[in-house]
Amino acid sequence: MSEATAGTRRLTVAEALREGIAEEMRRDESVFLIGEDIGIPGGFGGAFGVYLGLTDEFGYERIIDTPISEKAIAGAAVGAALMGMRPIADMQYSDFLFECMDELVNQAAKMRAMSGGRLSAPLVMRAPVGATTRGAQHGQSPESYFAHVPGLKVVCVSDAYHAKGLLKSAIRDDNPVLVFEHKLLYGSKGREQAGGLDPSSEVPMEEYLVPLGQAVVKRPGTDVTIVATHVSLYRSLAVADQLALEAGIQCEVIDPLTLLPLDTGTIWASLRRTGRLVIVHEDTLTGGWGAEVAARAADECLYELEAPIKRVAALDVPIPYAPVLEQAVVPTTERIRAAVLEVCR
Amino acid sequence: MRSEAAEVLDLYRTMVLVRRFEERVYLLFLEGEIPGTVHQYQGQEAVAVGVCSALGRSDWITSTHRPHGHALAKGVSPRAAMAELYGKETGCCRGRGGSMHLGDPDVGMLPAIAIVGGGNTVVTGLGLAFKLRRSQQVAVCFFGEGAANEGAFHEGLNFAAVQRLPVVFVCENNLYGASTAWDRVSLVPSVAARAGAYGVDGRTVDGMDVLAVRQAAIAAVARARAGEGPTLLECTTYRFVGHSRSDARGYRSREEESEWKQRDPIDRLRAQLLDSGEADESGLETLLREVDEVIEDAVGFARASPDPDPAEVLGEVYV
Repeated sequence: MSEATAGTRRLTVAEALREGIAEEMRRDESVFLIGEDIGIPGGFGGAFGVYLGLTDEFGYERIIDTPISEKAIAGAAVGAALMGMRPIADMQYSDFLFECMDELVNQAAKMRAMSGGRLSAPLVMRAPVGATTRGAQHGQSPESYFAHVPGLKVVCVSDAYHAKGLLKSAIRDDNPVLVFEHKLLYGSKGREQAGGLDPSSEVPMEEYLVPLGQAVVKRPGTDVTIVATHVSLYRSLAVADQLALEAGIQCEVIDPLTLLPLDTGTIWASLRRTGRLVIVHEDTLTGGWGAEVAARAADECLYELEAPIKRVAALDVPIPYAPVLEQAVVPTTERIRAAVLEVCR
Repeated sequence: MRSEAAEVLDLYRTMVLVRRFEERVYLLFLEGEIPGTVHQYQGQEAVAVGVCSALGRSDWITSTHRPHGHALAKGVSPRAAMAELYGKETGCCRGRGGSMHLGDPDVGMLPAIAIVGGGNTVVTGLGLAFKLRRSQQVAVCFFGEGAANEGAFHEGLNFAAVQRLPVVFVCENNLYGASTAWDRVSLVPSVAARAGAYGVDGRTVDGMDVLAVRQAAIAAVARARAGEGPTLLECTTYRFVGHSRSDARGYRSREEESEWKQRDPIDRLRAQLLDSGEADESGLETLLREVDEVIEDAVGFARASPDPDPAEVLGEVYV
């Protein structure tokens, strides 16, 4: 508590998300929750406990437990949003989003354009990502699939402050927004697995919003720009601290927060100062969002680059189960460090 | 309060409008005036017209890749529909939708969903919004029998059932999914029978009889409005034309086609109107002429309308 300043308190990501949802549900009658195992009495408040206690205040009409029917969850969210409601839909694992690709990609993303701008689908879809020794179908980070879809917005949250502020903005946004959260960052458990990560942060008592489409510089630096999300962000920050001490290399670490639309302004401003770019994500390498950032950086900043652009991503394999194999696949601090040293040679 | 006779004459007029609109569109398409492809509705008019006659303007429908009949029956203006087929700025979706995505929020029609089964989950959200707002509105999902083999059919029906949503699922069983006969892809002939698996009332109705469709739809809509949940209404019907533009219909016999044409829903109602004395030949001739004038007006409007501005192509993606 010693860190707490006036008007703030320390929250985990799960607590911050819960608080953001509750505030928006109080503020706007059209906001409701829909998903599997989210409000069941005696249940667990969603797969990661984000919704615990919300039925006490909002009841079961606005917190809708569904059958195990991801297409129905997403379709219901799309339809209700088209009628002016603001659903927050829940996927227990982002891997299950593939069950409802039609509803998200063909319906949610396209209704506005297909109607000539006459309709919009202001839904939020929350989905946990990340490899956590659950194997190939509960460990993916599929955000890049959606960053490819015109009509969707894609958000990645990494700490409590941004999680709350971005989720509130997503709920108020008139477009469909997917919010990806990393399972190791909720704060309830798994901190050891995450290498002692502490994604909790000081969160203001007062209401605030974090705008979509705006990146944040998490650590200033002059030698290398690192763009990273989720757990990879924390590993990048750890590498930045190490290399500052050991090699005098100053990394500037940027959390893009929103992948679509991407705040290239913040990233290019940094890159033009450092001349070196490393992109880190737990999504797989080929066609991952890092490829898009790299291509645009080459397009817009090539003559200011001092070194090739490096991507550190999950290897192009299904996420394996054995912990030793999983660690061989995801971007570890060792791999991030090697990439930074390589561009600084 | 309109008399039942006037209502029935309206059903006839709307069916004729759909038929003549489609026949005109077919020619315009062959002449190269309308781009893309068209999936046409001739033969199935009784379904769209009968069901939509049971709905109010504030009720909503979802449609399919074959939406022209649904659009006209729900009240999309022939001008706005035709201009959309032409890809014009004055179209109901400002030329961004096209034949397979006709719709108009002002009359309660989403842009048609051209993914088979796509509407079967989205419609539950319409129903959910109406239920949460206690707005007394009803949502209708039109789909073909082919969609009954999509996962979305089952997820949507079950979710609507357990949530008691004000939704009516209207299956237009025209016996063929593109070229594939229904009996090749389902051992159970009845789509309505599948409703029982979800505790939903399933009914089969003669989809070539607009009055029977209307009556069944009125009952289903009343149940939905009363909070009694969804109904699955299977309308047995037949498309008189190919699946899409270049379908020579080699997968079905001319005998079968001619048998179904004996049951033409427009001829059937026409005979009833004449037999009962509710209309006479000259009155129906006048009606046909009026309908054709409406369609020619729509064609003229579409031709004269401006193209969308390519400079605005990015404008509708995000709010």
